Amino acid sequence: MGHASGKNYINEEPGLLSWFTSLDHKRIAILYFVSIMFFFLVGGIMALLLRLELFAVNSAPNVGNILKNGDVYNQVLTYHGAVMVFMVIVPGIPAILGNFFLPLQIGAKDVAFPRLNLASWYIFMLGAALAVITFFVAKVDTGWTFYTPYSIRTGGAVVMMVVAAFIMGMSSIVTGLNFIVTVHKLRAPGMSMFRIPLFTWAIYSTAIIQVLATPVLGITLLLLAMERTFGVGIFDPKLGGDPVLFQHFFWFYSHPAVYIMILPAMGVISELITTYSKKTIFGYTAIAFSSIGIAAVSFFVWGHHMFVSGQSEIAGIVFSFLTMLVGVPTAIKMFNWLATLYKGSIEFTAPMLYALGFLFLFAIGGVTGIMLAVTAIDVHFHDTYFVVAHFHYVMVGGTLMAIMGGFFHWFPKMFGKMYSEVGARWSWVFIFIGFNVTFFPQFILGAKGMPRRYFDYVPEYETLNRVSTVGSWLITIGFLIGLYVIVQGLRKGKQAPDNPWGSKTLEWQTSSPPIMHNFDHDPVVTAGPYEYK
Amino acid sequence: MLLMNKAMAGSFMPEQGTQIAKQVDNLYGFLLVVSFISCAILIGGMIYFVLKYKRKSAHDKTAYITHDTRLEVLWSAIPLIIFLVVFAWGWVLYHDMRKMPENALEIMVMGRQWSWTAEYKNGVKSSEIVVPVGKDVKLILGSEDVIHSFFVPSFRIKQDAVPGRYTSLWFNATKLGEFHVFCTEYCGTSHAAMITRLKVVTQEEFDKWLIEESEVGLLPIAERGAKYFQTRACASCHNVDNPAAKIGPSLYQRWGKEAHLSNGTTVPFDENYVRESMMLPQAQLAAGFSAPSPMPSYQGQLSESELAAIIEYIKGLN
Ligand code: HEM
Ligand SMILES: [Cu+2]
Repeated sequence: MGHASGKNYINEEPGLLSWFTSLDHKRIAILYFVSIMFFFLVGGIMALLLRLELFAVNSAPNVGNILKNGDVYNQVLTYHGAVMVFMVIVPGIPAILGNFFLPLQIGAKDVAFPRLNLASWYIFMLGAALAVITFFVAKVDTGWTFYTPYSIRTGGAVVMMVVAAFIMGMSSIVTGLNFIVTVHKLRAPGMSMFRIPLFTWAIYSTAIIQVLATPVLGITLLLLAMERTFGVGIFDPKLGGDPVLFQHFFWFYSHPAVYIMILPAMGVISELITTYSKKTIFGYTAIAFSSIGIAAVSFFVWGHHMFVSGQSEIAGIVFSFLTMLVGVPTAIKMFNWLATLYKGSIEFTAPMLYALGFLFLFAIGGVTGIMLAVTAIDVHFHDTYFVVAHFHYVMVGGTLMAIMGGFFHWFPKMFGKMYSEVGARWSWVFIFIGFNVTFFPQFILGAKGMPRRYFDYVPEYETLNRVSTVGSWLITIGFLIGLYVIVQGLRKGKQAPDNPWGSKTLEWQTSSPPIMHNFDHDPVVTAGPYEYK
Repeated sequence: MLLMNKAMAGSFMPEQGTQIAKQVDNLYGFLLVVSFISCAILIGGMIYFVLKYKRKSAHDKTAYITHDTRLEVLWSAIPLIIFLVVFAWGWVLYHDMRKMPENALEIMVMGRQWSWTAEYKNGVKSSEIVVPVGKDVKLILGSEDVIHSFFVPSFRIKQDAVPGRYTSLWFNATKLGEFHVFCTEYCGTSHAAMITRLKVVTQEEFDKWLIEESEVGLLPIAERGAKYFQTRACASCHNVDNPAAKIGPSLYQRWGKEAHLSNGTTVPFDENYVRESMMLPQAQLAAGFSAPSPMPSYQGQLSESELAAIIEYIKGLN
């Protein structure tokens, strides 16, 4: 247990300052962890405010008018969306868990470019700080999608916000690049591409999308900034521009980006399911290739966000067809995970509960995604609460469940302490139930026609909105319990053994927490990652 | 199965106001059933496995199964086939939605922050959309400012209204009655209040309505004002028969009294105050309301005589 000298990456260099100049991938992961958790708190408080506003129709006395008017609601909605997307879900798993475990899983000492790795955290924080400053200078109300021409005309510090997103995009590109090179160049002897753990495969596929898609977002946002400052006339119809062009550009990035959000989560789930059923993963190659397949096809489906934008009928049909094709590798993964459970030895630890919660919620998110891909159905559902429910099932039900599960799974490794199992399970109970109470009614609201981004609604939607708001309180309790468990674990947790779960991947072969350079001796790999025999 | 489709789709969707709505619901019902079965397999399978293979001891032996080509082909092919079926079914319906009928009644519908105006061939303008039952209607959508989206849940149709170009949609209402029209593309402050009514009436009522509306100019001035108050959407935010505020302050029995402003001053509620409130809604904010006002400016939207008629009507509310 522990390293012979008792030294590890946490205590090797003393002083708070040493963290901000550290080139160690594990320390940088912790920097990301603290900042992203803070942003999650901010985005979460905003979500609670939105739901509180929607608790009742505005004409009801005293309740249902928390945010005073449509403008305040729209601003809070914009920051909720932008913070959660650009500052929590997109960087979340790659920058925290990826940074920490990708090098460990392939038996490397660090990432390929440690300096660039630290720089990408500073770039990210610079972008995030700019975004936060806009909130105090002149609040933006465009929604996180910045659709033109509204975003050209409305007030607020839109240019600054867009530059902030641009800068955070740079950070995402640099991180992706770093991971790709690391996987290709720094694998331990014997670690062939098909012995890489599936989490690393997922981060690797994600990195490809990050590097290829994010520049398009960058250019689009710069064009928008130019349009606002100089009126160049690319998107503004008054100047002969085309507002719908913006949507094409935007979704060309943002659809692949939804896979930036979910692929890493799928990687985490593969690790959790093998470990806690003590069984080799079913269909390793199928899972690895389906990640790459999803990454490739995801570039050609963006038009499914635009079925009613005025795009041609042919375009609608082609995009619908291609979207169906992305559904297949996604379905394959679900079946592979199920097959892995078959004849396993399943232990209901908190991380496993989160993984099972993921399968449950992702199944619902997946089938509703297929519904939305059917053109004639999407005409009715587009921009209603059905869509809001769908993407929360995928992003929160999927990615957030995976972050929580992955975090508890690797907690002993990261900090060398054990957390309280009982507390962690209770956090799952509240988050899982609260999540369904919050978002399931939104499917029905959407089917009944309630549009999204409404700060008030017609009375027939009230009951379901109430239920949804109550659900948001349950989720909050769940996260508060989770936070408590983490803090208690850090303060009072028992010493963690090197491999508390009996996992097979390399990160568990070193001490908890790992030493500065990860391994005492360079590991030599002789078998696949999940040899539970 | 078809019966089950009907029962499920019907209970989650708004009432069906068109033939297309019925067809969409059939497809939706099918999707619901298939989704339900898929989830039952996935989630049910998961629950079954985790209970059956629950860990008994730390030394449990597990099976070593790396893959099974037959199974994998099967569970790739079956979803693919299902996806292609619903894709094709959706395509057929989508084609019907997008193919504009010939000889339809054409109505121009303009969106602006935050109201809709329908313009009929004979020059009638209305913020409510009135159409005859059982007739193909084609809406030509435009926007004066930002992107809006025209959505009638009961008809299962939606189309963005994009500034700088025209888009269109069609429907054939099968049911008499009133239906919600929502704006579903986020368009700023009062996006959530950009709601109007679509009234489906009989052909005779429709013809009568069109003539009446086109003869509004002949009515006495206050009655004309009352009309404009409805058709220019003033009524969607202001009460006229009781003093309670809606989205904006009530105009009931206000004339000639004092108007309290949010900056603490008072001004007389007279012609000039009403005029300024309509032309420059941001200039003088009523007490109890916070800036910015959600009310759109009517500058350039109303002629002087229309304005005078509205003022006359407000006088009469005392
Ligand atoms: C990781 C967590 C989450 C992510 C990534 C996320 C993401 C998003 C996104 C992208 C939007 C769309 C914003 C827009 O329409 O511009 C949104 C809207 C919204 N979210 Fe979340 N969300 C998260 C958690 C939550 C939670 C926990 C709640 C409530 C308890 C919530 C409530 C809402 C509400 C009420 C809206 C506004 C819907 C509308 O009016 O259109 N979100 N969220
Ligand atoms: Cu998409």
